[in-house]
Amino acid sequence: MNFDHTDDRRMLADTLVRALRDGYPIDTRNAGAYSDAGYDPAVWQQLTELGIVSALFDEAAGGFGGSGFDIMVVFEALGRALVVEPFLGALMAGRALAAGGGHDETLAGIVAGETIAAFAQGDGATPVTATKTGDGWTLSGTKAVVAQAGAASVFVVVVEQDEPLVFLVPADTAGVSVRSYNVVEGGGAGDVTFDGVTLGADARIGGEGQGQRIVDAAVGAGLLALSAEAVGAMEFVKEATLGYLRDRKQFGVPIGKFQALQHRMATVLLEIEQAQSAVINAASAFDGDDAKARARALAAAKYTIGRTGALVAEESIQLHGGIGMTWEYAVSHYAKRLVMIDHQLGDEDYHLQRYIALG
Amino acid sequence: MDLSFTPEEESFRDEVRSFFRDKLPARLSTLVREGKRLRKADMEEWHAILNERGWLANHWPEQWGGPGWSVIQRFIFDNESALAHAPRVVPFGVNMLGPVLIKYGSEEQKKQWLPRILDGSDWWCQGYSEPGAGSDLAGLKTTAVRKGDVYVVNGQKTWTTLGQHADMIFCLVRTDATAKKQEGISFLLIDMKSPGIEVRPITLIDGEQEVNEVFFTDVEVPVANLVGEENQGWTYAKYLLTYERTNIAGVGFSIASFERLKEVAQMQKKGGRALADDPLFAARMARVEIDLANMQTTNLRVLAAVAGGGAPGAESSMLKIKGTEIRQEITALTRRAYGSYAAPYIPEALEAGWNGEDVGPEDAAMAAPSYFNNRKLSIFGGSNEIQKNIISKAILGL
Repeated sequence: MNFDHTDDRRMLADTLVRALRDGYPIDTRNAGAYSDAGYDPAVWQQLTELGIVSALFDEAAGGFGGSGFDIMVVFEALGRALVVEPFLGALMAGRALAAGGGHDETLAGIVAGETIAAFAQGDGATPVTATKTGDGWTLSGTKAVVAQAGAASVFVVVVEQDEPLVFLVPADTAGVSVRSYNVVEGGGAGDVTFDGVTLGADARIGGEGQGQRIVDAAVGAGLLALSAEAVGAMEFVKEATLGYLRDRKQFGVPIGKFQALQHRMATVLLEIEQAQSAVINAASAFDGDDAKARARALAAAKYTIGRTGALVAEESIQLHGGIGMTWEYAVSHYAKRLVMIDHQLGDEDYHLQRYIALG
Repeated sequence: MDLSFTPEEESFRDEVRSFFRDKLPARLSTLVREGKRLRKADMEEWHAILNERGWLANHWPEQWGGPGWSVIQRFIFDNESALAHAPRVVPFGVNMLGPVLIKYGSEEQKKQWLPRILDGSDWWCQGYSEPGAGSDLAGLKTTAVRKGDVYVVNGQKTWTTLGQHADMIFCLVRTDATAKKQEGISFLLIDMKSPGIEVRPITLIDGEQEVNEVFFTDVEVPVANLVGEENQGWTYAKYLLTYERTNIAGVGFSIASFERLKEVAQMQKKGGRALADDPLFAARMARVEIDLANMQTTNLRVLAAVAGGGAPGAESSMLKIKGTEIRQEITALTRRAYGSYAAPYIPEALEAGWNGEDVGPEDAAMAAPSYFNNRKLSIFGGSNEIQKNIISKAILGL
């Protein structure tokens, strides 16, 4: 039983937290987050040069980390600074490629931070289908709200059928089009349409019977990352809200002296601690041998942060009063992220049902 | 970061498990598992078994008969104890008075009282709360006036748990009416057989006599029974309240009662299938199960942070709030799971030793009384609202 990080991991976390604190103030973040691109390519380059993406992969995949706890510390730090740059896509697409084998060059580009990748799973009104044509495949349909779709030069596309098929599709392939937009909390996404896109046999990631394992590897890492990101954002919001409760005076005293507000804040604190524990449980199970325990712990974590994220967002706005409603104040953007993270990779109801089904 | 136990902790857990397997009488574990009310003799029997192994006062120093365990070992023991459905250790002597005497008592007091706690010669109860002093404990009014070699005590204590069995009571009494309220309190040890003491039972919401009122009329207490210094009792009182908190979250109890709930939910039917497969009930169960898994790790994180550094401070308030919410939710779900058969009130079925015929499913009679009894969890030991005040002040700095 040991809750301390290794020295290497602590150093990585400290480096990242410091770099983001000094170089990624909320104005810089918002300038990229609400730009047409939905992120800042210069910031992305600076952060990837620190080796942040490499920390998310093991040595076999060309990285220097890759454990559940590596993913946890990196994404907590990213969440604390409300980073919108496309790390999630790198993690999920890269994990899919590493699990499937082949495509070494693309994987190396992703791990090095030179190739921006997006993971496209959820379907739009016209689900993506894959038809076997000759030696290769033809893809048709639309993937919905793919994170950082506009920035990506490659997509890892999951075609949902009994046994999912997973494809690597360069964004400049004929017939691929992206309708890009911002998301409400800042950052980019897009609907990706495949209009009879012809792919060679080598576009498929992994062989027969490998699809579910590849999807689980990618989505599992993504769930852990989003859960950790949420806890990082919660920590920031907690500190900001506490600062406000101490500074803001009404009726001649700091509002933090009022018991009605103290008790709400105490509840926020202990629910954040519970969410942190859920992420630790998930990171621990992520590296374990027990596939069912891993899936359950990941579902439990995503359920927990979905529920707690909304609580922390709503309470932080309420405890701030009017200031918490303003675009100018950083907390409002964190609150939006904490609520909207429940709309990514399945919400709290989805993961509660999944947890039950796995029981 | 590693959530697994070390090999040493694993082997300790195995040792504890085999102890429960070999030494815990099946009669007692059955009573606990079924939620029956234990008799005094049942509790004394279990104390004697633990004491024989040297595990009764598991947080006392070895010098006074403790096993010298770490906080993690104590956590493991408490968990395994709950999972084995062992009776709880009656806390008043072992967990409350013992640590106070060890830290603040005189050598004579330690030698006189500590062995008698271990061997069961004295059953202790706690004289803290009064009708006018609950959350505002320092507002207590029971007085002790020194006359020669004795203190003369007058006043009333209340919510005295299991006081009907007690030989002795440790009391907070006011020895200086003029001082600031925290500064005029002393800590006295009083023989329950003293002339002038009257114990009146309070019947609780579930029909059980678990607590009492204790009245003091000109009760004479030898001056030798003062712990520490006169008017310093508040310091000792607070120490007592914060000392034994490794188990405040009651994770083991929750795990054991959740396992029981799962059995009941499999057994009970709703709409032609097991209640456990009803989507709404399954969701309620899953929510509390996830909360509990998170709580277990939160508890261990708090313990790890204080390992080597004694007892947790204000963090234990977080454990108390969340831990009791979880325990209460499990008792609520268990009550719901029995459906209409949670309703019949069969008081005799709640008692140890009853062999009558169940009304409805086995153990259904316990479900509602247990739910109502456990409303106490968020009230005693500092209500959950008081715990939030502590968190606000000590952790949040508000």
